[in-house]
Formats: sequence, C-alpha cells, structure tokens
Amino acid sequence: MPAPAELQFPPATAIDEEPPFEGVPPFESWGRYPAYGATVIPLHWQGDFPRAIDGVHHGALAVGMGRSYGDVCLLKDGTLLQTTSMNRLLGFDAATGLLTAETGITLAQILDFAVPRGFFLPVTPGTKYVTLGGAIANDIHGKNHHSAGTFGNHVTQFELVRSDGTRMHCSPTQNPDYFEATIGGMGLTGVMTWAQVRLKPIVSRMVDFQGIQFHGIDEFLDLTQQAEHIEYTVSWVDVTSTGKNFCRGIFMQGDHSQVPAPLKPSAKPKLVFPVELPGFALNKLSVSAFNALYFNKQMKKRATALQDYEPFFYPLDAVLHWNRMYGKRGLLQFQYVIPWEHAREGTVAILTEVAKSGLASFLAVLKAFGNVQSPGMMSFPKPGITLALDFPIKPEKSFALFDRLAEMTREFGGRLYPAKDARMTAPQFQAFYPQWERFARYKDPALTSSFWERVISGGIK
Amino acid sequence: MIAKQSPNQPTKQSSNPTAKPSPDQPNHTPRRILVLGATSGIAEACCRLWAERGDSLFLVARNSERLAAVAADLRTRGASYIDSAVANLDHTSIHPELLAHAINSLAGLDIAFFALGVLGDQQKSERGFVEAGPILHTNFVAPVSLLTWLANYCAQRHSGTLAVLSSVAGERGRKSNYVYGSSKAGLTVFVDGLRNRIDREGVRVMTIKPGPVKTAMTQSMKGNEKFADVETVAATLVKAIDKGTDVVYVPGIWRIIMTVIRAIPERVFKKLNL
Repeated sequence: MPAPAELQFPPATAIDEEPPFEGVPPFESWGRYPAYGATVIPLHWQGDFPRAIDGVHHGALAVGMGRSYGDVCLLKDGTLLQTTSMNRLLGFDAATGLLTAETGITLAQILDFAVPRGFFLPVTPGTKYVTLGGAIANDIHGKNHHSAGTFGNHVTQFELVRSDGTRMHCSPTQNPDYFEATIGGMGLTGVMTWAQVRLKPIVSRMVDFQGIQFHGIDEFLDLTQQAEHIEYTVSWVDVTSTGKNFCRGIFMQGDHSQVPAPLKPSAKPKLVFPVELPGFALNKLSVSAFNALYFNKQMKKRATALQDYEPFFYPLDAVLHWNRMYGKRGLLQFQYVIPWEHAREGTVAILTEVAKSGLASFLAVLKAFGNVQSPGMMSFPKPGITLALDFPIKPEKSFALFDRLAEMTREFGGRLYPAKDARMTAPQFQAFYPQWERFARYKDPALTSSFWERVISGGIK
Repeated sequence: MIAKQSPNQPTKQSSNPTAKPSPDQPNHTPRRILVLGATSGIAEACCRLWAERGDSLFLVARNSERLAAVAADLRTRGASYIDSAVANLDHTSIHPELLAHAINSLAGLDIAFFALGVLGDQQKSERGFVEAGPILHTNFVAPVSLLTWLANYCAQRHSGTLAVLSSVAGERGRKSNYVYGSSKAGLTVFVDGLRNRIDREGVRVMTIKPGPVKTAMTQSMKGNEKFADVETVAATLVKAIDKGTDVVYVPGIWRIIMTVIRAIPERVFKKLNL
C-alpha cells in the first residue's frame, strides 16, 4: 500500500504559496545597504533544489549567512534560498585532510569539528560566520593569500545543481569549466549542494603573533617583503591621519604555533552588540580618536605574543551583530586590488583622497596579494595591493567619494570586490572583469542577484 | 517494504556496535539508540550530540537520500556505529520485523527515540477526513504500534528508555491546530499510561512536550523566527533522556505557559483565537 502522496515528503515547499510573513525581519546583507524585500525559502536537503523554486518567476538566489556586504547576496522582490539548514558533514579523511560537507555549513561549524581533531581551514576570511558555499561563491581570501591563494585553491570538488534539475559533479578534471565558473561565481551558476575542501593540520590553537608599527607605504612594503616566508600577514592602517602620520599602521603577522597544545573547541560568543547606534555616533572625531588609540595601544615598535586563533583571525566575531554600530543606514565597504605596476602610487593616491575627504573609515585593512592563481574565473584577488575600507552611509558624501575611488581604481588598472560592493557601475564592472561575457555563458537562467542585475542587465556596454 | 540502506559509503563503520568510547568523552559508555523518524529536525539535532559522544545509532526514515545524508553526517561526527533502514512507519505490519532487525543490528537497545510525525494542514483537515485521517495515523496509530512492541521487549528485560516526542499542542484543543493537537493528546495519554504500567518493570517511559521549535516542520508557520532553537532543545533532551525524566517540557517555560492555558475557563477559551 503506497502512502498517501501528502505523507511522502514533509511540506518543504509549502511556503511557496504564502506571501512573506509580516513582521519577519528581511534578509539583510552585512552592510545593511541596500535593503530589499524578498521571499526566503530555506533549503534543508540536497534534493530541495530546484523543486523549491517551482512556480517562482522573479528569479532566485542561494544565500547563506548574509555576510557579504552589498547586494551579491540580495535579490530585490525575488526568492532567496537560504542554505544554512543544509549543514551536514558528509565525510572526513584524517590522512588527507579532505572534508566533504553540505554547503550551508558555516566555517565556524567546520572549525568546531576540525580543530579538536588537529585541523584548520586552509584559508579563512575575517569572520567564521560564512557558509562553505558562500566561501566558494565569493572565492574568499584571507591573511595567507600570499602563500595559499584563495579558498578556491583548496576546493577539490563539489556538486552543482542547475535549475533544470541537472546535477553536475565539478572538479578540475570533471566539468572543469563549471568548476572554474562557480568558484567566485557569486552563486549564479547553480546551487552547490556539497563541496570538498582540503583542511590543513595544526598542533595548537595558538598563533605566534607579531605586530609591527609602520609609518608610510614604503615601510609597509618593506615589511611585506621581509614577511614573505610568514604564513599570515595583514595590516591595519589609519586612514584618518595626514602629514607625518599619513599611512601609519600596524603590520600584523603570524604562523600557527608548532608547539603542541590542547586543541579544545572554541567557546560560543557571548557579546551581542545590543542596539543600533544613532547615525551621528561614528563621526570624524570619534573615529580619529579610535584610530589614534588603536595605533598607540601598541606602545612598542614591535610586539610579540602567543595568541589564540580566535582573536587573531576573528577579532570582530567576539561581538555578534557588530554591524549595528553603524546604525540603521548601514555601512559601505570598498575593497580594491591594484596590480604591482601601479600598486604604490594607486594606494597613496586613494589614501590621500580618503584623508582629504574627511570621511572617517573605522576599519582599514591593507595587504599584499601573492601570485597564487585561483581556479575561479571571476575571482577577485590578483598580485598587488589590496585595501579594504568601510564607512557609515551618508549618501550625499560617501557615495560621491566611492564613485571617485572606483574611478581611480579603474585608472590604476585595479578592480573592486563584488562581495563588498554596493555601488560599482556596469561599465566599471565590465572593465574590472572583462571575462564576464565568458562567465555569463555558465550562468543559470533562473538565478540572479541584485548585484548582477545592477552590473550587467542594467547596462551592457 | 524495508529497504536496507545502501549509500555510497559503507553503512557499517565498525563490526562491533559496542565500540570504544569517544575521545571527547572518555568516560561515556556508548548507548545503543534506535531513532524513529531520524530525518526530523529535533531527531537529527539529538543524533548529532549522541554521535559526538560516540553512541551507536540505528536510524529509520522514509526518504533514502535524506537518510543517507543524515547517516553520513553522524558517522563523520564520531558515532561508534551507524546502521539504518528506509521504511514508511505508517505501515504498521512491518513494525515487528523492522524493530527486531534494528535491535539485532545494535546488539541490544538502551534508548528508543520517537520522532515520527507530521504537522499536517489544519485548514485542509477541516474540509474532510481524508486529510485528517493520515495525520492521526502517522502521529498516533503508528507510534502506538511501535511502542506496544518495544514496551514488551523492554519490560521483559527490565531495561531501556522509551523517549517519545509528543507536543504542547496536545494539552488543549485550539482552532489553529486541533487535528495535530488531538493526535499528540492521544499519544501523550498513551505514553503516560504506558509509564504507569512498565516504569515498575525498570523501563523509563518519557513524555516529551516541545513548544514550537525552528525546524523544517514548522518553517511555514507564522512567527517561526521566534521559535526555540533546535540545538538548544536537543541539548536539553539528550540530558533529560540520560536521566529518564518522566515528563519533559522543552523549553522549560512551556510548563508554565501550558499551566496558564489549561487554567483558562472554557467559556472564555472558546472565544479566543489561538
């Protein structure tokens, strides 16, 4: 006796017919700008897509934790397929470090599993609250880009499901074109159900850390060269100061400690940023004061410490919802890479422009990218200098600055990072990523994002 | 009707179900746990905790692909032993064979966790019995069949814990979900009665009453973003099952909420929109 049809599967698509519930907070990106309404459908199982978008006509997009800053994880009036319930581990081989998992698992969940077993992520961004799928789709990078490349360099294979139901096994040798298009493909080539990534062994949670003060771009470049053999390097830079303090900062470097120590799991964060600060809270004065404090917090020219990996890699994860600090209007991120040929002059010019504008940037991160080539067709990093800035949104001022900085980036032969963008124009995007037309051939016709609509459909040049 | 699970990886991780304890909890004696409805959100979250401490699990669910994903996850997390069967538990005639097979595979039984159930569609159920009937069958009749067999098995051996997911919805009929609620009310009374019968034989029988929990089952319900976190619920349940608590409200606040709701006089209650 076959079971009645309605008993065969739990009602995973029942939500399709329903309008978005009133009072449900909308799905936001981390910058909280732009803010769009969309229907959110959770994906619980690898078989849920494409069935979950039956009857959906306004496009769909797989999303994870919403930690990209702009609109690559948004789809205005469309359907967002949230993958975070699809978070199962499917296999781990301690001999090779190969971990296979569903793509909605977060890097935090991977670390909870891997660290007690003596393994760590091959590449990690500045937050562990991103999904595996998001890490691949944005081909994220970290403090070890100069030695390890991007996240995509460590992905061995994954399954890609297209909206027509085709399931593709992708690796450097199987469907290699879809493998390359999907790494850094911003979720537009299909939905990844599972992926395999190679973890690396560690013997301790600790990182041998060194912080070194620098004054000016040349000292930064010297330190970068001296640290070539060190796995992790990143610099915080004070972008509010001019004159003799122009481009001062702290160069931070670290290697996993080689001294065996207990590999305990991390504690869960307890601090939550409680309220949205009013828009005026972050102004030139308060941010300059913060920057001066941060620079002088390190009294000595050079400081060393044995530091746990949590504060070393994820200092901001200790405070959940820290983006509330920027208030309701949110924040804008701006991240460029400028190739070595113009990296120095470009960076000086952009930092000068930022300092001149008087628009405070709370967090500015400077790093040299290395030569490891990502398999990703649309991957952001390339050899050169990258700078990431963020600003509270003040439309009349910060947008104008952004547009100037984006144009300068283009003039210096650089490009911007889609995962951190909410402003770049279609001509800019198409100049930054001339390979976009080739990429577009692999795009799934049913999937799109507000970012893609903005930089492509909005105006093909 | 019982299909042996054959995912791409071998199903059995070790030939000895009473394998070594987990490295994380060296003093934990692995439990042999049968999970009925293993792809339910609450069951899966509990199973992760059991797997992480090195317990042995036999999983039963209807959908083979989903079951394979859950089994792979639990194996990776460190379960001492994983076996599974694809079965539609609505078919009560298969129960004796299935349960005997599971217990044989586990080489005994310490805990049976009942998580089979459907939310159903209240509006459709109001239009005709053809909708309501299967809800009552899956949530009440099928568990009664399974519990009867397992209760006799455990009572004979004077051991075992039968942990049954009922619901706070079974405590008072409300217009928004009285079909689901009545199936859980029946289950609650059955389980309470069973405890009264075999607790004295050394068998722990647990009535578990979760409030609304954020899982796949409740994703289309209004206000579900405020529901309890399934990981928190699972942590509470795993502890309660170790203790063998008779009646568990989870989260605990629901014991108070339901006391209040039960106390509302019917002449008032019948006019409320709950």
